[in-house]
Amino acid sequence: MVKDQEFLKKKASYCLDLAKKLGATDTCVNVGNSISETVNFRNKNLDESNRSDNLGIDITTFIGKKKSSITSSNLLEENLNILIEKCIETTKNTPEDEFNSLPDKDLLAQEIKDFNLYDDTHLENDSKAEYLSRLETAASKDKKIINTESSFVENKSNFILANSDGFCKGFKSSSFVASSVAVAKDDKSMERDFEYTRKCHLKDIKNAEELGKKAAEYTLRKLSPKKIGSEKIAIIFDKRIAKGILSTFASAISASAISRGTSFLKDKINQRIFSDEVNIFDKPDIFKGQGSRSFDSEGVRTDTLKLVEHGLLKNYLIDTYNGRKLNLKSNGRCGGTSNLYFENGKISYKDLLNSNSKCLYITETIGHGSNIVTGDYSVGATGFLIENGEFKHPINEITIAGNFKEMFQNLTLANDLEFEYSTNSPTMMIEGMVVAGK
Amino acid sequence: MSNFFEKSDLNRNEAETIVSDTLKKCDDGELYLENSKSESILLDDNKIKKSSYNSDLGFGFRAVSGEIVAYSHSNEISKTSLKKSSENLRSTLKSAKGIYDYSIPKSNKKYYSNINPIEEKTLNSKIEILNKVNEYLRKKDNNVKQVTANFSGEQKSIEIIRSGGETLTDVRPLVRFNVSVMLEKNGRKESGVYGIGGRKSYNDYLINDNWKNVCDEAFRIASVNLESKPAPAGEMKVVLGPGWPAILIHEAVGHGLEGDFNRKKTSAFHNLMGQKVASEGVTIIDDGTLDNRRGSLTIDDEGTPTEKTVLIENGILKNFMQDRLNARLMKTRSTGSGRRENYRHIVLPRMRNTMMLSGKQTQDEMIKSVDKGIFAVSFGGGQVDITSGKFVFNCTEAYEIINGKIGSPIKGATLVGDGPSILKEVSMVGNDMMLDPGIGTCGKAGQGVPVGVAQPSILINKMTVGGTNL
Repeated sequence: MVKDQEFLKKKASYCLDLAKKLGATDTCVNVGNSISETVNFRNKNLDESNRSDNLGIDITTFIGKKKSSITSSNLLEENLNILIEKCIETTKNTPEDEFNSLPDKDLLAQEIKDFNLYDDTHLENDSKAEYLSRLETAASKDKKIINTESSFVENKSNFILANSDGFCKGFKSSSFVASSVAVAKDDKSMERDFEYTRKCHLKDIKNAEELGKKAAEYTLRKLSPKKIGSEKIAIIFDKRIAKGILSTFASAISASAISRGTSFLKDKINQRIFSDEVNIFDKPDIFKGQGSRSFDSEGVRTDTLKLVEHGLLKNYLIDTYNGRKLNLKSNGRCGGTSNLYFENGKISYKDLLNSNSKCLYITETIGHGSNIVTGDYSVGATGFLIENGEFKHPINEITIAGNFKEMFQNLTLANDLEFEYSTNSPTMMIEGMVVAGK
Repeated sequence: MSNFFEKSDLNRNEAETIVSDTLKKCDDGELYLENSKSESILLDDNKIKKSSYNSDLGFGFRAVSGEIVAYSHSNEISKTSLKKSSENLRSTLKSAKGIYDYSIPKSNKKYYSNINPIEEKTLNSKIEILNKVNEYLRKKDNNVKQVTANFSGEQKSIEIIRSGGETLTDVRPLVRFNVSVMLEKNGRKESGVYGIGGRKSYNDYLINDNWKNVCDEAFRIASVNLESKPAPAGEMKVVLGPGWPAILIHEAVGHGLEGDFNRKKTSAFHNLMGQKVASEGVTIIDDGTLDNRRGSLTIDDEGTPTEKTVLIENGILKNFMQDRLNARLMKTRSTGSGRRENYRHIVLPRMRNTMMLSGKQTQDEMIKSVDKGIFAVSFGGGQVDITSGKFVFNCTEAYEIINGKIGSPIKGATLVGDGPSILKEVSMVGNDMMLDPGIGTCGKAGQGVPVGVAQPSILINKMTVGGTNL
């Protein structure tokens, strides 16, 4: 069983008290426990089981405008005593920073809403194995599938965030994740692809057969890819890649990147950065939403933010420290976004495929090719050539490149948004990107 | 050396008994105990942004039967907790009928000393150097708009208890010093990053104001990028500089030569043992035995002494990198490549210091032989799709080559290639092998481990360059 709130609260208040006694003027503690049990299958047989029991504590002490922090997985009092003493000592020796402080008291969350993020169901490993066995049977139906790997993870976690201004709140959450990876081979190539499902509640995850079938289907269609020539072309990003582009946007509007001046979106508030049909929301109060929460990692209340409205940038993602630097109030985004999504576009997926006589449909990118300082984007990619709305053949060993500043302006969204993960996007098209191939 | 049982209700004998009982019918397995201490001090935006200390303690208990691995880990080193893990392992391996392999090779060699880098230098002296770095770079040029510098240090003590009570221990120091600088000129921003590190004390890296060289290099890279023009797009010749660009070798072929992917036949190399996979003159080794290098280990995380493993010799595939599990299943021996990020993770075969050895040509000859191509001097991260063999990496410093001469710097572009064929496209191997500065971290299955790379300059006949300039 994951540690209960009482246990965690006791540890947190012990640390707050001790830090105060040793000279801290302010303190913030996050203490949590998570237990996960994983079963992995390979080629329809059990491959691995893994039980993971993680304790962790994170303490930040302030002495005036000086700050330092420690983390540990050892919650024995004796160890905490040594660490807090060390933390205070380090704090004293760390130079002042005028922006260091706990969040404004009036911004702290007053209540925790129940978003139904916890499912108490425990699935025995034998039942996980049974799910994976059905999944892999479905995934390996086609003879060209030469290898299947799959995994089922059940996770339960609990935490308490407490500070010396009296904030002391936390909540339990759970997740059930199943994934399927297939490898297919023909005489010309060997390819791999995957599908996964992740939900707070067991009964909401996709069924095993559907998941296995999808992974196999995605993999088989990649066989015998061709390389294509270099050209300027419209690119359609599958939802799984489109949500990554949305995450890159989010990191470029984080208050830390803005205050340090290392973002291509600095000083762009109220300016047009997307085409005027684009709206982006970060909504923390979605029922069963995987990013849902009542407060951020500093305890600041989170409300829905309209980040982009009709193409105009409306808000940064602000935490206390960087907010103070920018002279802005925290909007409860320390630690990042909650449930982030593009609102649906106006045209259907089918019309998007048909909007150019020739385009590329990208299902996978590799490499760390997003530079948020300059906005430059260049990654390796695999996908499909599309002609007149039809999938022609798979392609690989190409790169796609552009700059987010122009890419965002040339972005069109389909109307097929689904709330599967914490960051979600409809299928996306960006015109005028450069493909390098042969 | 940590005494893991000092403050526990569990004593060593009891632990050994639980380990031996649990692993009775298993082929392999061990109790892995770890105590690590690490610190991180970060200067950013003219201020000390972060000074943090981490202390992590825990165990990971593993039982292996046939191809099946059962693993359980916890932060609580106690009787209850270890018994709970034992039950969990047994429930997975109910029908195990193995014979435990007690043998494990021994060595007295050590590749780093038993030090704790964190305690060797005071916090104030580290803060002082970071402040000097900031001042030095900001004074150096008016275009310097942002400076980030950090120290990170770690000491990790591990103990491995095998069935029968055999115990193996190691204490591993690791430090890293990193500087990143952003320049802005005429509204254009570019950054440069450089770092150094390894399994030594900070002092070994910071003698004689050595930190200035790190600053100068980060500044030089940023200045070059400020003048860069859009990179070309398409297939062309690529000259790679010596040292860090060997992450190409790491991504393109290294991962594909790890035992697990080959046992599972998901690597593009799995059926190529003994065959020609690279041009003549190409020899690649993976070496865990270099003194004080970031990727070096006295013993791996299963207790096997590390070694120098020849992967490709003069173009011929000779060996895969193995941990005990994959070695047993592939009927070979462990190469001392079994690694894990920490006690939370299972062991996987991983790289240590991966190196392409020197050949005979000079970098000059390579550049002169290229009509149109690029010269890549430094890279950011890379990634590979093991199955299709396709890999990428991102240039952070590169130049165009026109008619045998180095031309203008070009913007950071991604290079994409095919792992199994790229080494056959190597047409010249330089005489200037260099080790990287000690900054690499390799990610696999969600686990990051420190690694090293090395190579001489090489000429690759064709690669796809992912620029925007058609």
